[in-house]
Amino acid sequence: MSVATGAAGMRAAESVWPQLEQLLPQVSKPIQYVGGELGAVVKDWDAATVRWALMYPDAYEVGLPNQGVQILYEVLNEFPDVLAERTYAVWPDLEKLMRAHGVPQFTLEAHRPVGAFDVFGVSFATELGYTNLLTAIDLAGIPLIAAERTDADPVVVAGGHAAFNPEPIADFIDAAVLGDGEEAVLEITEIVRQWKLEGCPGGRDELLLRLARTESVYVPRFYDVDYLPDGRIQRVVPNRADVPFRVHKRTTMDLDAWPYPKKPIVPLAETVHERYAVEIFRGCTRGCRFCQAGMITRPVRERSITTVGQMVRDGLEYSGFHEVGLLSLSSADHSEIGDICSGLAQQYEGTNVSLSLPSTRVDAFNIELAQELSRNGRRTGLTFAPEGGSERIRKVINKMVSEEDLIRTVVTAYTNGWRQVKLYFMCGLPTETDDDVLQIARMAHEVIKAGRAATGSKDIRCTVSIGGFVPKPHTPFQWASMERPEVIDNRLKLLKQAINSDKSLGRAIGFRYHDGEPSLIEGLLSRGDRRVGAVIRRVWEQGGRFDGWSEHFSYQRWVEAAAEVLPQFGVDLDWFTTRERDELEVLPWDHLDSGLDKDWLWQDWQDALSEYEQDDCRWTPCFDCGVCPSMDTQIQIGPTGKKLLPLTPVNPGLRAPARA
Amino acid sequence: MQRIRIRYAKRGPLRFTSHRDFARAFERALRRAGVPIAFSQGFTPHPKISYASAAPTGVASEAEYLEIGLQATVDPGQLRAALDAALSPGLDVLDAVEAAGGSLADRIEASHWRIELPQVESDVLRAAVKAFEAAPEVLVERLTKQGRRTFDARAAVARIDVVEAAEPSTAAADAPSDERPSGVPAAPCAILDLVVRQVTPSVRPDDVLAGLRVVADLEPPVPPRATRLAQGTLTPQGEIVDPLEADRPEAPIGER
Repeated sequence: MSVATGAAGMRAAESVWPQLEQLLPQVSKPIQYVGGELGAVVKDWDAATVRWALMYPDAYEVGLPNQGVQILYEVLNEFPDVLAERTYAVWPDLEKLMRAHGVPQFTLEAHRPVGAFDVFGVSFATELGYTNLLTAIDLAGIPLIAAERTDADPVVVAGGHAAFNPEPIADFIDAAVLGDGEEAVLEITEIVRQWKLEGCPGGRDELLLRLARTESVYVPRFYDVDYLPDGRIQRVVPNRADVPFRVHKRTTMDLDAWPYPKKPIVPLAETVHERYAVEIFRGCTRGCRFCQAGMITRPVRERSITTVGQMVRDGLEYSGFHEVGLLSLSSADHSEIGDICSGLAQQYEGTNVSLSLPSTRVDAFNIELAQELSRNGRRTGLTFAPEGGSERIRKVINKMVSEEDLIRTVVTAYTNGWRQVKLYFMCGLPTETDDDVLQIARMAHEVIKAGRAATGSKDIRCTVSIGGFVPKPHTPFQWASMERPEVIDNRLKLLKQAINSDKSLGRAIGFRYHDGEPSLIEGLLSRGDRRVGAVIRRVWEQGGRFDGWSEHFSYQRWVEAAAEVLPQFGVDLDWFTTRERDELEVLPWDHLDSGLDKDWLWQDWQDALSEYEQDDCRWTPCFDCGVCPSMDTQIQIGPTGKKLLPLTPVNPGLRAPARA
Repeated sequence: MQRIRIRYAKRGPLRFTSHRDFARAFERALRRAGVPIAFSQGFTPHPKISYASAAPTGVASEAEYLEIGLQATVDPGQLRAALDAALSPGLDVLDAVEAAGGSLADRIEASHWRIELPQVESDVLRAAVKAFEAAPEVLVERLTKQGRRTFDARAAVARIDVVEAAEPSTAAADAPSDERPSGVPAAPCAILDLVVRQVTPSVRPDDVLAGLRVVADLEPPVPPRATRLAQGTLTPQGEIVDPLEADRPEAPIGER
């Protein structure tokens, strides 16, 4: 076996385009399978030592804008001997044709079969992509079960937030990476490179062992799970020497050193976000107890105002986008957000560039920022997220917003010219009663009343948008029981009635919500263990695809599959979802280290139950969540005191951009 | 306001871009290339771009036309080069001339198409074409926005011929080798050469192929590949005149 081709290279890497081209006229939106976007990189296959296929397991229109994949794609392709191509979930119309004509899962850049790559990296923002993972693995011609794969198959690696509990897909993946990917993909690349240069000693097993020894790559096959007679986990232990007992998350410090994406991929097909997105900070310590992202991405690491300014400038020039998104978990919390917003607004005043700050913070400052950003005349929507309807439930979830704050903030928005605001809440939160949810109606009524009084106008509206709560691993709510879908649906019905109980006010209030059923399944997948893998497989075999799409999701299919396969293990769907766990129960993800101290999480859960709030460690002393000492990290925030300078137009006139 | 008329091509894999996809890509290309595009007035200003044509999704074209309005005067040649560089390879800007008046849309009367039918024998196609030409009317069905419509695909066809496969098509010859429609070189591939008048409802290559199915049961085993080679005014001799000809400075005054 030659070094250049390596183990996985045994599979032919020829383009499947000639066969695919014949199928495309028969499917909807064929452009999503074509590639050829600006920012896409096509490299010489034979010149690369390590080859990655990167996937976001949803349709192109959702997957392409994903920041994680775009960043890793660019980081990897900057290395001359590394090649990274992208693949997304194909819709059922194309899947059917691909199966009929023997066309494998392919990448967009050079339409190469995914099975020919060394590493197949899949980024999970949500667990509802699991069935699409199975479709992709199967279409790629890779055995579904990791244990059945040979040296010729790619190493299937899961990443993204869902990888913090990859146990439900443990049978189907070879490895999972926890935390930030920038450095992790390079470390994996180096291990694969070395192993290939040495002539692939010990085959796949040796490669996986080397990955596991980093202590930041989890290889499920090297761990055994023992169960107690009642179905709970007894322990999870390594089944071979020199594999760590716990696997730790990766944290990329100093975001200024990683200013990606520099050359964002600009889609030809229409996608859900068409904008240049820059992450202004990573991590959040607001401490909302339901928020997995806020818990697993600690500590807060800001990107400096100057780097943000430079990235926006370069990103817009490169891409031709006319929208900029300043992303983070709570963007108004950046220490220099005021200067960032006013600086960018000034720089792009009079152009057609629109700036958006997807912040949901409930305070007047947020409106100031939105006003800054709408200088160009384009009003971006305002969303506020009190998350809970009653003061009591907001204490449970640690969302420190008083009703007066909310009403004052929304009224400020109305008096500043916004005709419409969106209010975001959750339903199904721990300890929630019907009354907590009905308070949402009262709050919305108060908002409209106060808004009408302040503006003297009836032309103001608000939309109440309700999301279903799903308890997630590595959060204080990881022990909580979920509410049954019927209870949720009934609460939402009562809420709707309450909103419309006053016709005049009800007319000004829009109401959007999700049914309880998909949340329950998301709950099964997010807190499931390895036994849930059989449910996923059964659902997939029964045709389950695109579970994040209401038109494709079938609750019935999940319930039936769970009823079919779980009883053999002495557990059921309720056991995973509506059951409350106790302090001593071994959770399926206990051996995966997010840095959070389990005792602290339990204490925070107890604090939630006693409606006791927790401050943010950026502004008050450390509350010992455990992340910084265990991960050897620290908060990185400004202010830097720097400002964005006005842009002097560089050589106005035509420019012929290099074709990337 | 300077107005510039542009001819562009949709080639190879990028023939699968829809008209909306192209429009978005073109607006971004204007920004990337620093084109001083003019905007409409109003609360949400739109760039001044008007499209004279839109090839169906999946159909390649060597001759699509649009017109843009500019706030500042630019050199059409430099504009062409800058826009071409700003678009993905496969979306290629071929020509740009300053508008000399008149309406671009009025100069589009007919299209010249080339349709490759892989795995179809030329003789089989010839027979089908003969039957098509002999028919006074060929009714085909298509799903339009108004629902299912039946219309005549025959009357709009000004010319329909089978050409020899050996003759390289303009499209394939112009395109770089890696963007050439990849075919099945070993198998036969019949080629249809077609001139269709612009009528309402428009008769597209698909409709003519549907017509061949109606008159001669011609069922191509794999999807045919169509390319618009030219569109413009139709001379009495059946030739198509590039609609940008009349805008060129060297054009005789009478034609401007």
